[in-house]
Order: sequence, then C-alpha cells, then structure tokens
Amino acid sequence: MPLLNIQGVSKYYGDETAVDNLDLEVEEGESLVLLGPSGCGKSTLLRMIAGLEMPDEGKILLDNQDITRLPPHKRPINMMFQSYALFPHLSVRDNIAFGLRREGMASAEIARRVDEAMAMLEIGNYGNRKPHQLSGGQQQRVALARALVKRPRLLLLDEPLGALDKRLRQQTQAELRKLNRQTGIAFVFVTHDNDEAMALADRIAVMQAGRLRQVDHPRRIYDRPVDRFVATLMADANLFESIVVEEAEDMVHARCGELELQFRADGIPRPADSYQLLGLRLEQIEVSRDPLPKGPNTASGTVIDIDYIGDMTTIEVRLSDNQIVKASQLNALHEPLIELDETVWLTWEADALVPLADA
Amino acid sequence: MKRLGSIHITALTFGLAFLYLPILLVVIFSFNASKLVTVWGGFSLHWYGVLFSNSAYLEAALNSLKIATTAATIATLLGTLGALVLTRLGRFPGRQAIGGFMLAPMVLPEVILGVSTLMLFVSLGIERGLLTVALAHATFGAAFVLVIVQSKLVSLDPNLEAAARDLGAGPVQAFLLVTVPSLAPALVAGWLLAFTLSLDDVVVASFVNGPGATTLPVRVYSAVRLGVSPEINAISTILLVVVSAVVIMASLLQKQALMRDQR
Repeated sequence: MPLLNIQGVSKYYGDETAVDNLDLEVEEGESLVLLGPSGCGKSTLLRMIAGLEMPDEGKILLDNQDITRLPPHKRPINMMFQSYALFPHLSVRDNIAFGLRREGMASAEIARRVDEAMAMLEIGNYGNRKPHQLSGGQQQRVALARALVKRPRLLLLDEPLGALDKRLRQQTQAELRKLNRQTGIAFVFVTHDNDEAMALADRIAVMQAGRLRQVDHPRRIYDRPVDRFVATLMADANLFESIVVEEAEDMVHARCGELELQFRADGIPRPADSYQLLGLRLEQIEVSRDPLPKGPNTASGTVIDIDYIGDMTTIEVRLSDNQIVKASQLNALHEPLIELDETVWLTWEADALVPLADA
Repeated sequence: MKRLGSIHITALTFGLAFLYLPILLVVIFSFNASKLVTVWGGFSLHWYGVLFSNSAYLEAALNSLKIATTAATIATLLGTLGALVLTRLGRFPGRQAIGGFMLAPMVLPEVILGVSTLMLFVSLGIERGLLTVALAHATFGAAFVLVIVQSKLVSLDPNLEAAARDLGAGPVQAFLLVTVPSLAPALVAGWLLAFTLSLDDVVVASFVNGPGATTLPVRVYSAVRLGVSPEINAISTILLVVVSAVVIMASLLQKQALMRDQR
C-alpha cells in the first residue's frame, strides 16, 4: 500500500488548468522528485498535498485515509518553503519549537527534540539568533529542522536548494539524501533543475502543463524517455523525425533523410510509412576518423562545430543531406582532438535509439 | 559621508533657521521671566508653574490624551483591517475604490472633514463629547495607519502564515502568532502617528467637540485670540517635546522594521 495516493486530482485557476486529472503514488520512505518547467503545476500539486490549496476534483489519501478536505494543521505532513518562511520575530530555537508547541507537548520533551534536530543539522550554535542574522545556508537548515522536528509521515520540499550557490547546493543534495535514509521519512521535492532531480530522486515524476509525462527511476527517465518533452528536458538529444520502412523480426527499419535507422521493436505495431520520432543521446554515438562501411545506424559527414568542456567534447556533424547530428565523447589523452572541417564516421547501437511519442 | 562646502553649510543654516527659528523663539520665551511676550526678562520657570496651576489647561490636556489614545487605537484597528483587505483578498470588484476612499481623509481639507462628521453626528443624534472627537480623529488616523501597515504587509512573505498552519497552527492562531508579531513595528508606528495627529488637530476637533470635551490645541487657539500670553509659549514647548518624541519613536520603529526586511 502506498503512503500517499493522489487520485484524479485537478485544480483550476479561472480558465487555467494548473493540475489536470493527475494520479500519483508516493511510497513509504522514498525520495520522489516532481520535475518540470516553471508553471507546470508542480508547486500547486505540492501545496495541495500540504493542504494549503484544495483540489477542485479528485482525492488525496494518506495511509489509505482521505485527507482531501483536511486543513493543513491537521495533516501529518510538513513542508519546507522555497523562501524558507522562517518567523522573523522568533529565535532559531523558537522557530524549530513552534510546531511542537502547537501539539501541546511538554516543554522538557520539546527542548530535547529541538536539541536533537539542531544537532542533526549542525546548527546547535545558532539557537539564540534571529533568522536575519543567519546566512542563506544556515536559514535553509533551520527551515529543514523546523519541518523535520515534527517527524512527519511525509516531508515536502519546494525548490529547497534554489537560493544556495552551486557548491553549497551539491553538498546539501548529499545531506538531503542522507537525511531521507536516516529518518525513513518520505521526501517529495519540487524542482525545475534536472541535475538536481537526478541527484536527489529514487523516482522522478516529470510534469508538464498540469499532467505527468513519465514517472520512473532517474536512469530510466534518462535512458528511456517516453516522449519528445522528457527526452529533451533531461539532456540534449538528437531527434530523428523518421518514416518506418518495415518491421523485420524484432527490428524496425526506418529512414530519416539519408539516414538508415534500425531500432528494437517493442511490441507496438508500426506499419510501413508511419511516422516515428526517434531519440539518440549524444554520448551513445561513437565517433571515428576511419571510414566505416555504409549501413544502418551509421553516418558520415563534416565537423562544423566543436565544443570543448574539459572532460567532454561535443561536435556537430553535417551530413550530405544537410541534417545535423550532434555527438559527444570523453576526452582521452592519447587521442588527438577532432578538428573543424574534418570528415568523421558515426555509429551507434540499435538499442541507443529510443522511440518517442510526439504529441 | 560627503564633506560639505561652505556654500552648502550657509544654505543649510538659512534653511533650518527659516523652518525652526520661530519654534525656537517660542521655546526660548517660554522660559522668560517677563510678563511681556517679546521682551526678555531673564530665565524662569514661572510660566510652567502658572500653567500647571491652571485647571482649564490641565483638563484640556487630559481630554487630548484620552481622545488621542482612543482615536489611535480605533485608527490602528480600522487601518490594519483595511490594509489586510487590500493586500490579502486579491483582486475583487471595488478594490481600487475602497483603497481610494480609505485614503481620502489624508488629502481632504480638514474643514470639510470637520463639517461632514459634525453633520453625521447631528443627524444621528449623537451627543458631542470626547467620543465624537475621538471617532472623527480615528477616520483620518486610519488612513495613515493603513499606508504604514500596507507597506509592511506587502513586504511580508505570504508563506509565513502558510508555514505556521503547516506546522500545526489553526488560521486564527497563525494570524495571531505569526502575522501580528511580524507587523508589530508597523502597528506601533501607525498607532503613534495617529496619536500625534489627533493630539495636533484643531480644525476637526473644534467642529465636533462638545461641552467638557475641549482639547488642548482648541483651548490654546481660543486663548491666542485674546492675545499671546507667555503661558502659551510654555504649553507649546511641552506639546512640541511630546510630539517630537513620539514622531522620532515612530520613525525609528519603522526604520528598524525596514532594515530587518532588507537583510
């Protein structure tokens, strides 16, 4: 039984649909990332789980109990806000103790729990400071401690790392993963940053225009995206708008300009002459200076652009029908660098071609 | 800080002298031993003594304090409610109009304000006294409170209350435990401003006051018509000190609140 079960939830603002008939399950103790561009409805969904917004349709179940109409202060769910929303008039200690005091807990027990939370997040020395006397990173920890100290069933984090600089962000990502495992509390993140999603998630739910496009493990989202949107959201990809030639045994042959493409059949019938979008990740292409025999899943052309970024080099190759294919490879010391206007041969595995839905 | 040249210093001196010399003269002559207002007869606290034995002035001062306290409290409640409506309810029909109406007393001539509130009280059959003056003062005090509280509300993180509710506070508790304390400097500053505005007012008070509800500025004004006496200098000095102290306190509070936001 999932911890949280979202069933057919919709939310409208006037004529606009923020969340559109959405189903999602969150498992006990997992780390789920809602990933999508700004305005895709991910924050609205998070606020509905917290109880700060009411869904117009659908149901939200926690531990199989309907909490759709339960006000936020009665839900065993806590949220860390993007702005942190620390209470400016209260000290760090009082901020963290705020939620426990509302439960009417004995003050000795509150003190113990607050100390424990402050130790866990290494902010024990700042107890008497006011939020405005802290750095951004310290404020983030206080906000996290304030939500975790309640020991919620589910912790919601709205762009938790958005206000931190890059180095602090990477360090904090690792700590969040550790906290998730240590506490056993399920985390639901919202982010628009795909690298962050990869680093934080057990599962990623990709959202666009109020709907879920794909929910899967990060690796599957990256390697096996279901459609054009997911494929290009995660990383750069070559997209071939191709026409199916024939399906033979377990391979499908297709054509895109002068390119002959061959990919593994997946049980979906693809009649000849039907349209099929195919994705190919840049690093799945092998670049060679030695001529290769012509055949399926090979190409040759002229290098028109080189982008060197330390460990990787990305090149753009123009084929004779003017199609452009991008490929990237790891930079090895012993290999001379590819140069502009050089002719290169490209090849890739049939499995590297991913059929994509193209809505 | 930039250093001032001699031209700047001269200009500044003249400017300040133009503004404050008359007031300074009043303060100086309040310590005058002479009975003549314009002739210096040596330092003395004589007129303060006379003042404090004059029961009419003392009664008027007490009236003023009662009225200003009541007016400031009503103004703070109304102005804060107005600010909450204008910032928290989002867009609703008539929002602009309500905002305009609330601020109108700031720019309306006081005579019109005085006449109209007088007509209202008369037509409602309300007997004029301390309460009517306080109510009239609260109307324009509320406008100033609204402006101060609204500017603070706008800069307040809208998620503060949401965070309080998320952590287990009911809606009322969240408002009282988080929003009100966050607004506190603005509330106090607004109250102090409404207090001094009420304390200063002559025009509106002279319209709506009744027997036994004469305020200090009204009493002073009617006394001056019979000629300026050294007593008036003394009372002006006291008013000046009280009002400046309150205004300085209010602006310090506002500055402190703003600085906290900026960090």
